[in-house]
Amino acid sequence: MYSDCILGKEYFYEVIEKIAGRIEEKRDYLTELDAAIGDADHGFNLSIGFREVIKKMPEWKDKDLKGFFKSVGMTLLGKVGGASGPLYGSFFMKFGEPANGKDQVTFQELFEMFNQGVQAVEQRGKATVGEKTMVDALRPAINAFKEAMEQNLEAKQVMKAFVDAARQGAQSTIDMIATKGRAMRLGERSKGHLDPGATSATMMLEVFQECFPY
Amino acid sequence: MRRLLNDPYNVVEEMLEGFCRAHSNHVHLYEEDGRVVVSNLAPVKNKVGVIIGGGSGHEPLFLGYVGENFADAAVIGNINTSPSPEACYHAVKAVDAGRGCIYLYGNYAGDVMNFDMGAEMAAEEGIRVETVTVTDDVYSSKNIADRRGVAGDFFVFKAAAAKAAMGADLDEVVAAAKKANANTRSMGVALSAATHPATGKPMFELPEGDMEIGMGIHGEPGVRRGKLQNADKVVDEIMSFILPDLPFEAGDEVAVLVNSLGATPLMDLHICFRRVAQILDEKKIKIYSSLVGPFATTMDMCGMSITLMKLDDELKELLDYPCNAPYYVKK
Repeated sequence: MYSDCILGKEYFYEVIEKIAGRIEEKRDYLTELDAAIGDADHGFNLSIGFREVIKKMPEWKDKDLKGFFKSVGMTLLGKVGGASGPLYGSFFMKFGEPANGKDQVTFQELFEMFNQGVQAVEQRGKATVGEKTMVDALRPAINAFKEAMEQNLEAKQVMKAFVDAARQGAQSTIDMIATKGRAMRLGERSKGHLDPGATSATMMLEVFQECFPY
Repeated sequence: MRRLLNDPYNVVEEMLEGFCRAHSNHVHLYEEDGRVVVSNLAPVKNKVGVIIGGGSGHEPLFLGYVGENFADAAVIGNINTSPSPEACYHAVKAVDAGRGCIYLYGNYAGDVMNFDMGAEMAAEEGIRVETVTVTDDVYSSKNIADRRGVAGDFFVFKAAAAKAAMGADLDEVVAAAKKANANTRSMGVALSAATHPATGKPMFELPEGDMEIGMGIHGEPGVRRGKLQNADKVVDEIMSFILPDLPFEAGDEVAVLVNSLGATPLMDLHICFRRVAQILDEKKIKIYSSLVGPFATTMDMCGMSITLMKLDDELKELLDYPCNAPYYVKK
């Protein structure tokens, strides 16, 4: 049934445009989250990166999905800096790989795209669940995606389970003590705060669900 | 916000334009990459390339230390944010003279990821790049390898750059940088937060009359917050952490750096330095050389840090080696 669920370039273009808009809207909120336990730059740096993505996007319209997401990833890598640049950069570069040579993908392939993206973040950041990072949103989300497909839920329901798990995972960072990233130097004092990376990652997954055409 | 800025999205580019124009006798922007500040002398024939870098907002760190017998290039990130892998790689292309390069920067997760990716890109072209991260901030972690780099960057950069200028090979430059880092300890206090150019807001909340001990140069929250105390008490507390950490002991010789985080005046810094010197005299630790001023800042943040570096003959020679950069000259 998932092979009938086709996602074309328009879907992915809309997602990227909306993520850029969401980052712009939530820029100061993300920066405030980061001010509590990090260095107060998360929202601003993502906004620098996604502004550049939006500016360059018209040049990428002839690329296949792999080429498109490689360009998104390279742009974030070049413009964002910090830990978020390599992490989101790696996410989008790997996200496109299963769509090599394609202008559209099936729902099953979309899963594989997220799966590779999440693995890239885990490898680059050397983080696992429970360390108060974006992995705390991304890993449970991709696990929930897989489980929901194994239960043969409708694609729309799978996307809901995916995003719900990301939200829950992000919320779970409040009680965590950071052991990765800049917040790890705070020890106990990192407790009680939402992780900015898990929050921005969840925002992005939410957009994938909102734009989902089925 | 009491800052003189234009579009917050252009602060780094506008600063670099001004910096390279003002100091055009020392540096220029690399043609291939607007985030790489290069010494006019680079690549220096037969010399290991010395590349420093990190986020903007800490001036004169990093770009102020690019020049003759100091760093060959500085890679510049967004505010408080490490530079991109591509810029780190471009710095290697700009300064490599065939003997390899060393990356030197403060130990932060983002910087490590980006510089490592830059080094991987250089390795693909057969250029060897080694890395030494600075870990001088005593209060940032019990585990030395996890500590962040603050004003001690200056001493480590100076020592490694001098070693390279003397004609040492890459392994020897790495060894000198590691030795300098191993003998350097810092700790700071924050009295107010820096203003973020984009949001116009303080980067963290610190009520008037409070201070935060252990604050990093990026405005990350420190480890202890309390009522602001007088200069001597603050210095006493900071020194009580720095001295036993290495430890610094009677008979040692040290270089001292009392650093402003941006807004703290030279008057206050010298009052603090006076107390540092009293404590060192009491402990029979000899001051070999002293620096007082803004060396590693966080824009308009108010606060001060103290750095001590324990010296032997080699480190003395490296610190004393002549250099000429826009924000540090040694004759």
